[in-house]
Amino acid sequence: MGAEIPAWALDADAAAGNRLVTQWPHDVTREWAWGRSDGSGVRVCVVDSGIDATHPLVGGIDRAVVPVEGADGELEMAADDTGDVSGHGTACAGIIRSLAPRCSITSVRVLGPDLAGAAADLLAGLAWAVEQRFDVVSLSLSTRKRSFVPELHELADAAYFAGTLLVACAHNLPVESFPWRFASVLSVAGHAGSDPFEIHYNATPPVEFYARGVDVEVAWTDGATITATGNSFATPHLAGLCARILAAHPGLTPFQVKQLLYLTARNVEIAR
Amino acid sequence: MMLEALADTARAVFGARAVSILVADAETSEFVFAAVAGHGADTMPGQRIAADTGIAGWVFAAGQPLVLEDVRKDPRFAAEFAQSTGYLPKGIMTAPILGADGPLGVISVLDRPRRAEFSLVELELLERFCHLVALALPAAETIGAPEGAPITELTAAVAALPPRRRAAAERLVDALTALLEA
Repeated sequence: MGAEIPAWALDADAAAGNRLVTQWPHDVTREWAWGRSDGSGVRVCVVDSGIDATHPLVGGIDRAVVPVEGADGELEMAADDTGDVSGHGTACAGIIRSLAPRCSITSVRVLGPDLAGAAADLLAGLAWAVEQRFDVVSLSLSTRKRSFVPELHELADAAYFAGTLLVACAHNLPVESFPWRFASVLSVAGHAGSDPFEIHYNATPPVEFYARGVDVEVAWTDGATITATGNSFATPHLAGLCARILAAHPGLTPFQVKQLLYLTARNVEIAR
Repeated sequence: MMLEALADTARAVFGARAVSILVADAETSEFVFAAVAGHGADTMPGQRIAADTGIAGWVFAAGQPLVLEDVRKDPRFAAEFAQSTGYLPKGIMTAPILGADGPLGVISVLDRPRRAEFSLVELELLERFCHLVALALPAAETIGAPEGAPITELTAAVAALPPRRRAAAERLVDALTALLEA
């Protein structure tokens, strides 16, 4: 138990000392929000199929890990030199790099030989990413396993309060899967536009944002590029934009970044 | 026959060269070709491929659909598909078959006419197809035994018998057929 009483309520003395100075909300333009940013200093984690760090569109990554079973039977993170087992993680890394060229990228590979363990790997990978306090986590995967939902929910909330933006890929259909349905993440689906910086805000969640997801030229395995479509490619677009925002305005909280995304969305008009 | 009918319908709707319904066998981490329409319909059903890597593996694990074009530009991808389908498609669309508590398999649509502006709509349509397949799967004998497999095995077993026993077996099959048709 902490010695401070009251723990959460705000008494008069505490209220007097609770003053925060802010310039928020600034007169927000896209140029101010992320226009001149390159993602410098921002740490992005891609939880996916691994990343081919040698792909020219990826341009190197900082670290790669994979969940493995430890001596006690629990999953723990180990260095991963496998690269990408499908191509998708490389595609995501390439998209993030194109939007935020100087951000740091880490791979957590949660696609492996054990099909039945995919959801457990996802949970372990995400838990590690939150624990490591990445600024942005790009997650194009989701799970329907109900037994994993409470823990996922706690992780998403922990990320939100720790200042980690969890960008999660939504389903097109009204499918019950997680974590994208949680309010503490940034949920994203694809739009058919060709501008990588174009996002739309959806006033009727659970999907909160739309980003580019159709006919995207993406990095793939063995140095190749292919043309791809899916919500899963909208996810790194939004993650990359978040990295730009955080590089331009370090220290913003997830709800502030969400608000900047809202204010710079193509479909939101600021009436004066 | 239900899965074949669904694969066939999907092939017609998307105008595709082939449609495969792959069901996951979690014990072996493999996909089983449960039904195939179009190219490979004669040879692929019942065959197995590793499910841990590649596109089908990602779609299954992620629970998300993908459309990929120009896949021939990627040598590893090309090899994967040549192995799993018997030919090399130009474009694929793959979506997960989602059960109540997790994925059951994937559907792959190979070489449909490309109309980029419709690809999001197509993806949603394929996901709706996947929902139908998810509903149909419990009723279909799929994992390790594609529909019709017992008959195929019986035919092979009868053909392998020595002549006298084969004649007896054929009389038995005739009697069984007559009984079923009665």
